[in-house]
Amino acid sequence: MATVTRAHLTEAVYEEVGLSRNESAELVESVFGEIGKSLESGETVKISSFGSFYVREKGERVGRNPKTGDEVPILPRRVLVFRPSHVLKERINRSLSPKSGE
Amino acid sequence: MVKSELIARLAEQNPHLYQRDIERIVSTIFEEVSRALARGDRVELRGFGAYSVKRRAARQARNPRTGEAVHVAEKHVPFFKTGKELRQRLNGQIPPQS
Repeated sequence: MATVTRAHLTEAVYEEVGLSRNESAELVESVFGEIGKSLESGETVKISSFGSFYVREKGERVGRNPKTGDEVPILPRRVLVFRPSHVLKERINRSLSPKSGE
Repeated sequence: MVKSELIARLAEQNPHLYQRDIERIVSTIFEEVSRALARGDRVELRGFGAYSVKRRAARQARNPRTGEAVHVAEKHVPFFKTGKELRQRLNGQIPPQS
């Protein structure tokens, strides 16, 4: 199993559009930077045929230190949820689980 | 924010680029991530998050309405884990980006 990184995305952008590698890298950075900024402000981000990102507000709850069994409060916090689109899910299944219905 | 709004924001920050090129850049990025996941690869974007694919084994399930047993085939689902930096940003532990 290989791992794709920013460098691979930069290379793909570089090959697709006639920009320098440096500028391609900056654009890749900007795309994820803008998505991050939008999410920080609590806004949902939807990328058609890929998926959507949204922020969920979690209330305080009581947790437990699994080692000592002590009760500790888990403070309210915001978590990011990614919901893949049907297009992406189907594409992955078609190539990795070709026998499944989806 | 939807994809077209993302493209508009990037176009505003990059007045020297054609909007058409920005559209291609954004599409290329998500296409590369999708393609990697379809191969079963991981995509790791430090600070933002990591995408991976999880395998769900075939199982016997039940139609909750009829109680009938049904076979659910093996499937693969995309999974996203938020990066440390973005998670902290969402909780105001790192000052917002300019």
